[in-house]
Amino acid sequence: MSYSPHTDADRSRMLAAIGVAAIDDLFADIPAAVRAGDWTVPDGLTEQEVRVELARLAGRNRIPEVSFLGAGVYRHLVPAVVGEVIGRPEFATAYTPYQPEVSQGTLQSIYEFQSLICELTGMEVATASHYDGATATAEAALMACRLTRRHRVAVSAGVNPDYRRVLETYCSGPGVEVVTVPIDLAEGGSGTTDPGRAAAALGDDVACLVAAQPNFYGQLEPMADLAKAAHAAGAQFVAVVEPTSLAILAPPGAYDADIVAAEGQPLGIPTSFGGPYVGLMAARMASVRQMPGRLVGATRDVEGRKGYVLTLQAREQHIRRERAASNICTNQALMALAATTYLAAVGPNGLREVAELSTVQARHTASALEAAGLARRRFDGPYFAEVTVSVPDAARRHAALAEQGIVAGHLPERDEPQLRDTLLLAATELTTDDDIARLLDALEATR
Amino acid sequence: MSVAEAPDRKDASGRGSAFAGAAAGDQLSIVEPLIFERSRAERRGVRFPSASDVARAAAESQPALPASALRDAPARLPEVSELELLRHYNRLAHLNHAIDLGFYPLGSCTMKYNPKVNEWSARLPGLADSHPLDPEGLSQGSLELMWLLAELLKEISGFPAVSLQPAAGAHGELTGMLMARAFHRANGEGDQRTKVLVPDSAHGTNPATATMVGYQTVTIRSNERGGIDLEALRDALGPDVAALMITNPSTLGIFEDQIGEVVRAVKDAGAIAYMDGANLNAILGRFRPGEAGFDVMHFNLHKTFSTPHGGGGPGAGPVGVSERLEPFLPSPMPRLVAGDAETVRANAWAGRSTPDARFALDADRPRSIGKVRSCYGNFGMFVRAYTYIRSNGDAGLRTVSDDAVLAANYLRVRLRDAYDLPYDRISKHEVVFSGRRQKREHGVTTLDIAKAILDHGIHPPTIYFPLIVEEALMVEPTETESLETLDRFVEVMEGIAELASTDPAAVKRAPTTTPVGRLDEAAAARRPDLRHQFGAAPQPPSGSAGPEAGPEAPTA
Repeated sequence: MSYSPHTDADRSRMLAAIGVAAIDDLFADIPAAVRAGDWTVPDGLTEQEVRVELARLAGRNRIPEVSFLGAGVYRHLVPAVVGEVIGRPEFATAYTPYQPEVSQGTLQSIYEFQSLICELTGMEVATASHYDGATATAEAALMACRLTRRHRVAVSAGVNPDYRRVLETYCSGPGVEVVTVPIDLAEGGSGTTDPGRAAAALGDDVACLVAAQPNFYGQLEPMADLAKAAHAAGAQFVAVVEPTSLAILAPPGAYDADIVAAEGQPLGIPTSFGGPYVGLMAARMASVRQMPGRLVGATRDVEGRKGYVLTLQAREQHIRRERAASNICTNQALMALAATTYLAAVGPNGLREVAELSTVQARHTASALEAAGLARRRFDGPYFAEVTVSVPDAARRHAALAEQGIVAGHLPERDEPQLRDTLLLAATELTTDDDIARLLDALEATR
Repeated sequence: MSVAEAPDRKDASGRGSAFAGAAAGDQLSIVEPLIFERSRAERRGVRFPSASDVARAAAESQPALPASALRDAPARLPEVSELELLRHYNRLAHLNHAIDLGFYPLGSCTMKYNPKVNEWSARLPGLADSHPLDPEGLSQGSLELMWLLAELLKEISGFPAVSLQPAAGAHGELTGMLMARAFHRANGEGDQRTKVLVPDSAHGTNPATATMVGYQTVTIRSNERGGIDLEALRDALGPDVAALMITNPSTLGIFEDQIGEVVRAVKDAGAIAYMDGANLNAILGRFRPGEAGFDVMHFNLHKTFSTPHGGGGPGAGPVGVSERLEPFLPSPMPRLVAGDAETVRANAWAGRSTPDARFALDADRPRSIGKVRSCYGNFGMFVRAYTYIRSNGDAGLRTVSDDAVLAANYLRVRLRDAYDLPYDRISKHEVVFSGRRQKREHGVTTLDIAKAILDHGIHPPTIYFPLIVEEALMVEPTETESLETLDRFVEVMEGIAELASTDPAAVKRAPTTTPVGRLDEAAAARRPDLRHQFGAAPQPPSGSAGPEAGPEAPTA
């Protein structure tokens, strides 16, 4: 089936108006030599048939009963009201607000989003959104290159390995070299970036130091010291943060970060096998003209009424073309609206409860594993809501538990061979005491 | 009432209500305060459970968060009840125009109907709650869906391989050009090929993408028929050219009828032929770029395959590539690792699972350009696009393009007297008019015309693009608009052309029925107000970027 409304009579009237006999005549401009051959696309389905097909595919997935998996993507409560708001067709079926007079809903909600992200991060300006946390991080590093006119980027190995891969890809474009600052991965080590080692990696050709708080392994980094090391070398400090943590952790503005990048998925967006999510980016106002992506600003209409518009567009591809700050065009507006609605729904107290409950349950998990003699913490020092633990024979037991519908976190050895026989376990407000008991029992049974 | 006159119903604020978004809302407040202004301490939307005593006691033995790492004062997030929250965003929703409210012929954006069953699919818990790092054994449905969608996109485009990873069209361009560069580097020509050819009708993302890959853009002029100037192209091609990026059908809505020659010339010169697939909606089943010799094309799933545009995303920009670029595709790729591909496809088309089929993510791609995004792409968009393609099927997809092209040509013919039509040829997905006559004869600009269209509950076409058309009005009706809607648009456009000649000032006053009037964009850029300022008087942000702060602004 197609969603075309045209009857054969409509088509005949239109063809007559155009002055051609058949629709095929409207494709006469495609030379015979390049016309499409046959394809094998299956026949169309009715709604009831297509629902059966999609239910079949959904049914082939097995959503785990118990999961401690995070590693950059977190299962949080998505309040029903968030789905309600982003499901409104006035938001979902509009496009980029090129005509502000009929887009005030989208524009004002983006202005609110920018305000919320500034408030969470302690920064002066935030963009309308990026594809995800990884591309926001990569764009932040390239922005630092433009700001400093330097062509090397230093990144802590505590930054999500997926983000580092995307950073490498983006930097390969303009030929920017990426230097990795190792973190202390040794058993009983800090699991964090040493500011002295970071300083050693920062020459006068390095545009920025990128570090994550909390880092990929859950550990809290010495962000203020890392920022100082970056600034001492004349580099920008790029902080990659987890947004729910900012309910209780110091905002990047407080430790003098220059640019902030984050994955907004934990703010009311389902895990959805990797997307759509939303990248967050914030910076200092003095750097705004080098920021990539869209910005919404407040202004007045001809009668003095307050309204909102896309602004500072001279940075963008549709105006500046090859001299644009980025090629980004369509981004993740509806997901930014989800994050906006989420933050307003939970408020400051709700976000703090989410962060606290997550930290308590992560600690409960680690403590219970240690008490049972099943695991011990890999690293010393404080962590946020995700904890790296050493577990003998981790990969085999991880696989065995998955068979039972229990996901024992992430296996960091996939990216860091040094972290063989460790598990990265995440807790959120959805983690129950019973989940922890089941993890313990299942690990016990595979000992 | 003449269609040329703006409707004169007014609400309490003095604004009228012809605007589709306000149609239900005479009693609604047009000016909605910021969510921050609705905040009252201690109000709550959502509450969370408390940690158990057991959990708290167990947590005691673990390292506490050090005071130095904590925030001093809570973030000033709004404190509102769920009802207040919902009303706020519902009121904001009323200030938007959207496809579901009215005609939206925004050229090059393919604002077609977004079928609701697609949304139903994307919200299935088995898909929406699937975690990207779940063990592959638990994610076979997600992986099969991605594999099947890639199979369908291969059929539709004629390319032998597809990656779903890029998150939007421009992101697909970046992916494609990184692959082009990787290809030249692998051939030892990485340093020599430094230029990318882009026609002057191209979307701004094309040159911006070339820059992101470290290439220099060379603009190729169009000929008088709106096609690429083949001689200019041949002159520009040489051993220093990495690729041609061409949009086909073009931003003029014209199919490049020399496309065979263009592709041949590019490949003979050792360059990569890139097709911007933004306008694929016009050519489904009629032209397959892979078959025609292109090396790479990005799809816009949010255009051709009807995933909602979301006020500016999320989109999805998969890329299809030729055999010679396949090794460079982003990593990882979903693969069928056990079972026969033909059987799996046949079963899926019949709505059956293949019991022995097994899918996995293949990250062992040594020549890959790497990852362009975390995880695997905007999966929720894949679910919607798959639903759409399966719903339409073979005949339905052909009807999509047939009727999209029919509608664009109908508008071309119906409106070519009222407005100048610089390129009067068969249209594909869209048709580009010029408001130059109205400007020259009556001082009414294309911007004025666009604003006047707003007063009729219709979203204006894309304006001032492509750059090669003076006072451009780029109209893409899509296949999902009825003949009555198209006829009403013709009436409105004719009425505005008429009004421009009889009372140009009336056109320049528009819009008068929208929630706000024309906005001062210059003031917005001169003194950027990009966030809510808490407290009494709005303060200019520290380090305010004045108009003099150009791209060379120093760092803080």
